[in-house]
Amino acid sequence: MSDNVDTTRAPRRIGKPASRISRLFESRQLGWAAFAIAVLFPFVLASNYAMSIGTTAVIFILLASGLNIVVGYCGLLDLGYIAFMAVGAYTSGIIAKAWELPILFTIPAVVIMCILAGLIIGGPTLRLRSDYLAIVTLGFGEIIRLTANNLAITGGPSGIYGIPGVDLFGLDLSGPVPFYYFCVAVVALMVLGSARLGKSRLGRAWRFVREDEDAAEAMGIHTYKVKLAAYIFGAIWGGIGGVLFAAHLSAISPQSFVFLQSALVLMAVVLGGMGNTRGVVVGAVVISLLPEFLRDMGNLRYVIFGVVLVAVMVLRPQGFWPSRAYEPEKLDEARKGKRDGGPRPGAPVTTAKGGTP
Amino acid sequence: MTQLVWNGLFVGSFYALIALGYSMVYGIIKLLNFAHGDIYMLGAFVGFAMLTSVGVIPASMSITALLIVLLLCMVVTGGIGVGIEYLAYRPLRNSPRLAVLITAVGASFTLEYGVSAVAGPNPKVFPVRLEGDSFTVLGARISVPQIVLMVIAVLLMLGLNAYIQRTSMGRAMRAIALDTKGSLLMGINVNKVITWTFFIGSALAGAAGVMAGAYYGKIDFLMGFIIGLKAFTAAVIGGIGNIKGAMLGGLLLGLLEAFGSQWLGGEWRDVFTFGVLIAFLTLKPTGLLGERVTERV
Amino acid sequence: MSPLLEVNELQIAFGGVKAVNGLTFSADAGEIVSVIGPNGAGKTSAFNCITGFYKPVSGSITLDGKDITGKRPAVIAATGVTRTFQNLRLFPDLTVLDNVRGGMHLYGGQNFVDALFHTPRYRKSERFYTEEAHRWLDFVGYQGGRGIPVRNLAYGQQRQVEMARAMARKAKLVLLDEPGAGLNHSEKQDLLELCRKIRDLGAAVVLIEHDMGVVMEVSERVVVMNFGKEIADGTPDAVKKNPAVIEAYLGKADEPVKADEPAKAEGPDITEGDS
Repeated sequence: MSDNVDTTRAPRRIGKPASRISRLFESRQLGWAAFAIAVLFPFVLASNYAMSIGTTAVIFILLASGLNIVVGYCGLLDLGYIAFMAVGAYTSGIIAKAWELPILFTIPAVVIMCILAGLIIGGPTLRLRSDYLAIVTLGFGEIIRLTANNLAITGGPSGIYGIPGVDLFGLDLSGPVPFYYFCVAVVALMVLGSARLGKSRLGRAWRFVREDEDAAEAMGIHTYKVKLAAYIFGAIWGGIGGVLFAAHLSAISPQSFVFLQSALVLMAVVLGGMGNTRGVVVGAVVISLLPEFLRDMGNLRYVIFGVVLVAVMVLRPQGFWPSRAYEPEKLDEARKGKRDGGPRPGAPVTTAKGGTP
Repeated sequence: MTQLVWNGLFVGSFYALIALGYSMVYGIIKLLNFAHGDIYMLGAFVGFAMLTSVGVIPASMSITALLIVLLLCMVVTGGIGVGIEYLAYRPLRNSPRLAVLITAVGASFTLEYGVSAVAGPNPKVFPVRLEGDSFTVLGARISVPQIVLMVIAVLLMLGLNAYIQRTSMGRAMRAIALDTKGSLLMGINVNKVITWTFFIGSALAGAAGVMAGAYYGKIDFLMGFIIGLKAFTAAVIGGIGNIKGAMLGGLLLGLLEAFGSQWLGGEWRDVFTFGVLIAFLTLKPTGLLGERVTERV
Repeated sequence: MSPLLEVNELQIAFGGVKAVNGLTFSADAGEIVSVIGPNGAGKTSAFNCITGFYKPVSGSITLDGKDITGKRPAVIAATGVTRTFQNLRLFPDLTVLDNVRGGMHLYGGQNFVDALFHTPRYRKSERFYTEEAHRWLDFVGYQGGRGIPVRNLAYGQQRQVEMARAMARKAKLVLLDEPGAGLNHSEKQDLLELCRKIRDLGAAVVLIEHDMGVVMEVSERVVVMNFGKEIADGTPDAVKKNPAVIEAYLGKADEPVKADEPAKAEGPDITEGDS
């Protein structure tokens, strides 16, 4: 592929020396700032409506950060992501109602179900070319929704009601404000988790697969397993989102998990900047709040979304806040302020271990 | 039994018409045009708009009127397909696949909600309803409209096949499908051929949309979503990029669906179809008539 | 002791065309072997087969006595094979350091739990990755920026990064597919030096190269391929005098001889496409 390192493409902003503003955007304190905004929000506006919108937005951030693992890091287009949320919501709703368990106790089951769903969906399809994968995930999203619609255990078209709110060791968190805070805490941790995964060896492997699958494979990265790992992590993030969603609305039905929802999550990731957690969080907030402000426009707002999506891909494919590939040039810079340690440069290389994650 | 076969073939001919566009576009520029199903929907709505603007059409004229509208709709949807290609896909011809796929999703979104914003979100009743006598052949009830629509579909497909096999534009299409760069070097106007491909594919999908509107009588702005997925399934079954494969795949999918929903119950029909898609992609991703391509490193 | 790499009667076919047809050769640890031959002789196909990207029709490939025929590229890489590509295959949007870290993936040293909780193990392995990446960039003599995306680098620098990435896990067998293509004279001299340095680390270096100056200077052994098969195998001097080699490159004596242009092999050139 000779266009692999094509330098004739439109100049990209990534990799430019950091200006003061962009350094501000990269600063580590930004995450804390976002967290502080989320914490302070109820002090400004604590009506039930505002809390409900806020909680939805926070859950949406979780979904977007989960999809970012799949699409942003690993470059796999998943058009049925909401199916994982459905799996999480239904698993949690069914178990919580059937055994009258507190909803948090359903989380292990949700995680297991999501891993299974990730394996079932990813297993056969991740060997395929990327564009086939996209449409198969679309099909799977529909299968999950239709199955929920047809089965008795999922309540058919009317779904499940009366799902209990969150109860943490006897502490009732089901009121609008406490539940909002609960979601903020959970989502902050999950977002941090996805960012950390992105910076690890596994996260690098995802990026290598996204950039050039063959080269990654030649470097000993088992691309199939790595892609499956991305898929499973994405599924878990979506599943936890489903639990929060079920606890928030206390009722779920197949209409909550239509393609439109998957497309909106995808939009948040793409517009925000694929692969950049900060961008994705901002994208998720914008995409989830904008429809509230544009309520009068009816379906026209989705037309705008569609046009913006095309326009962004044509004019600024890396999104509004892309991940900038930049890191300290010198070893000393990277280590400034950290204590010295680890193997010395030039230390003998330990023998490579076989196998991949 | 024969009833199932007949129903399957009838629905399958719709799938085939739409699958053709999918397959042609994929064969030539390796793009999965997600918006293709929505072109079908658009065809139905354009037909609806034309027929309602004409006013009341006497029942005796309905087939003639429908044929005229069909042709006009094909031109309009073909033009819209070309427009989408020009605005959304052409600027990204050399971009990573992910960007193009996302663009296609955006185009699909724009069409769906654009139509719903213009025509309203509620289903519309198609003004012309094909009605006619039905008769029984070998135990299958076959109605005249079904036959009319089947004949139109078959004629369109035969015409397309002749076009691709006989004309120089068809030859250029086949050449580009084999080797885009080579065709460019041989003096083929690649952009023009791609434009034509989009025109023809979209026109066929638009025709299918009008036919579906006239037959089922009800249209809505999300009708293209599921059928787009099914047409893709049909294209995959036949071998994506292969014209004859798309026709075969469409008919086969119609049959599979007819038997599958008989066997599992109608509410599982779509689940069954997507199951078939996944099974095919897993077991035989090249489809029935597709060729195995060794990806080069 | 048996050689490190043994390729035995290897056959690769695309459709009906046999790109490689009974290739046999070997390479020892601490040896530089060049594979040369006219365009379309099947050199790159053979490389792709050794590294697992193509599946052979028949024949066997063993590394260090282990059969690696038809295995997945990642599995083969894990047994100690690394490579560069004919046309650069870097990770264009990632930094130079990240690209080199890519070559070190097999070191492991952390799992996702470490990454989620930033355990000491995680910090230690990240430090190791960074330091090793710097060390290998020094090893190949890379002078450019290290924290910037490779997309922005000059071609010669990109070649160096690819080399550092290939070396970063200290494989037993290093396959270099036309490492000198597009380099100027002084860069080529650096490349020769680098090849020797790699050999001195104890690896077997197998390279495909068209520049006969480079080949004759650096190789201990030369394997000449034509029509998918080796036609000569020996020291550079012996190969230079081999009549079969002269015929492959210059045509038969009774045909008009074209000066310094290697004769094209017949048949469609599908083995060394641009993609």
